[in-house]
Amino acid sequence: MEFLVASAIGVLTTAGVYLILRLRAFPVILGTAMLSYAVNVFLFSTGRLAVNAPPILEHGVNNYTDPLPQALVLTAIVISFAMTAVVVMIALGAFLETGDDKIDISDDSEDDT
Amino acid sequence: MNHWIIAPVLLPAVLAPLIAAAMRHDVTLARVFSMAGTVALVAISLGLVGVASSGEITIYELGNWSSPFGIVLVLDRLSAMMLLITSSLALMVLFYTITSGWDKRGRHFHALFQFQLMGISGAFLTGDAFNLFVFFEVLLIASYGLMIFGGGGMRLRAGLQYVVMNLAGSTLFLIALGTLYAVTGTLNIADLAVKVRELPMEDVALLRVAAMLLMIVFAVKAALFPVQFWLPGTYANAPAPVAAMFSIMTKVGAYAILRFFTILFGPDVAATNSMAADWLLPAALITLAIGAIGVFGAKRLFPMAAFAVLASMGMVMVAIALFTPEATTAALFYIVHSTFAAAALFLIADLVLTNRGHDHLKPAPMMMQHGLLAAMFFTIAIAIAGMPPLAGFLGKLLVLNAAQSTPYMAVIWTVVLVASLLMVVGFARAGSMIFWKTKTVEGDDISTAGTASIMSIGAVMVPIAGLVLLSVFAGPLSEYMQATAAQLFDPDGYINAVLGPK
Repeated sequence: MEFLVASAIGVLTTAGVYLILRLRAFPVILGTAMLSYAVNVFLFSTGRLAVNAPPILEHGVNNYTDPLPQALVLTAIVISFAMTAVVVMIALGAFLETGDDKIDISDDSEDDT
Repeated sequence: MNHWIIAPVLLPAVLAPLIAAAMRHDVTLARVFSMAGTVALVAISLGLVGVASSGEITIYELGNWSSPFGIVLVLDRLSAMMLLITSSLALMVLFYTITSGWDKRGRHFHALFQFQLMGISGAFLTGDAFNLFVFFEVLLIASYGLMIFGGGGMRLRAGLQYVVMNLAGSTLFLIALGTLYAVTGTLNIADLAVKVRELPMEDVALLRVAAMLLMIVFAVKAALFPVQFWLPGTYANAPAPVAAMFSIMTKVGAYAILRFFTILFGPDVAATNSMAADWLLPAALITLAIGAIGVFGAKRLFPMAAFAVLASMGMVMVAIALFTPEATTAALFYIVHSTFAAAALFLIADLVLTNRGHDHLKPAPMMMQHGLLAAMFFTIAIAIAGMPPLAGFLGKLLVLNAAQSTPYMAVIWTVVLVASLLMVVGFARAGSMIFWKTKTVEGDDISTAGTASIMSIGAVMVPIAGLVLLSVFAGPLSEYMQATAAQLFDPDGYINAVLGPK
């Protein structure tokens, strides 16, 4: 299972980094989404991988899973969700105002008044 | 428990939704509440500086959960000082925004501004690494809104770059925190400091990875080489008052590096020992050089101001990277000075833009209020280039002096002095282009682009007066900063204050 989770994180991160280096807004946004999935799975695994173990103290149970990473992941999911919404809105605004979805600021456009 | 510690977070957190929901159609009411809130914030942070200047570290346990299990806010000299800088800068910027009418060019300026203050205050106060991430996100989300305030294609595209850069940074931050948690099993800064010092040598590799990742994340915020490239585009395209407010945001990165790499991964920690300094110093020197060259070569006033911010960050980080109490004193002094100087520079650039119609550094007809703006511009240029008699010069001297006893003295002195020269020349060139080479253009004698209101010029006078006061009271201020640096290099004091004496 460790191998599966680790390679999943690796593949997601690779895809995310590749996409984030693209020149157009849409793949870049997808890339940030990929990266946030990767980091969520990664955060989850920092509490060690345990299957069928309760996160809350109970009588007669000795094997627990760490509840803190789950709380952290929840926070991270909410934040990355909101961030994706924000970045989509800004990208849409930039697309509608400038007429294309390139992510670069070129030198000649910087010289415009 | 002193409940005032949470007030700098709570007050803007309550005000912001109130302004967004109840006053969204009434700019005057929003202005009154935003201004009143910020004045109150200044008063609160003054009080907190009073509490912290006794030298005692005060903590606030949220929900009364004892640390390290609950989230804890920590008030020491450094966080109190940063809060005071933030709130007084916010007051000046807000005053300019209102007097220049910037807040009418879009919607929800004041709500976003208060959210921004909440995030910055929280980041300075928190004693929990994950909570720091959350406050970073709060200040970032607000800054995205402020960055694209007023709209326009160029600004939106620059905003998109800024957001994507910071999303990548946040992802890295989470990976760093995850790694840190996996190694130590805690995220409370004081508890981390204890665990890191007790860590067996075989787990050190992962810890070093976490420390390095954290450094990169904070370097993105502080705009250090090689992750500095987002700053010029962002600051040059942001609305001027927002760019002025952003001059504290890079300092949040500097603050985080200072906090984490003294208390958590301080020079006394065997696992990381001088790793931070080894990487930080070259990066800071290159940042300083890039900033100075950018100032020297800029074709417009706003990018020039952005590169000046970059250079000042390089300067601050050079001092931080030495990791000695003397150098940290110099860094703190320079942080205070450069925050206000950079803010003033963006505001004067906006006044020039208003009166001149554009900010290109080429001859143009004379503008309204020509002499007054020229005097203000050169005062601010003297401040940001670090020339006497203003406090920037003193800060630079402190940095050079602190570098004297290190093996890197030759490199640091060369880069700092050459960078200063480049900046002086760059600002002299910009000033003479804008204010002196006016008659060489045919047509109108005087530009009809516009006239800045007397109130908004007065608003820019406030940070200039602040810079002068900073120079006058440099003595008592540097005493406070010496004590701050001493407190930072005493991790045991911090740990005992947060976790209770062992």
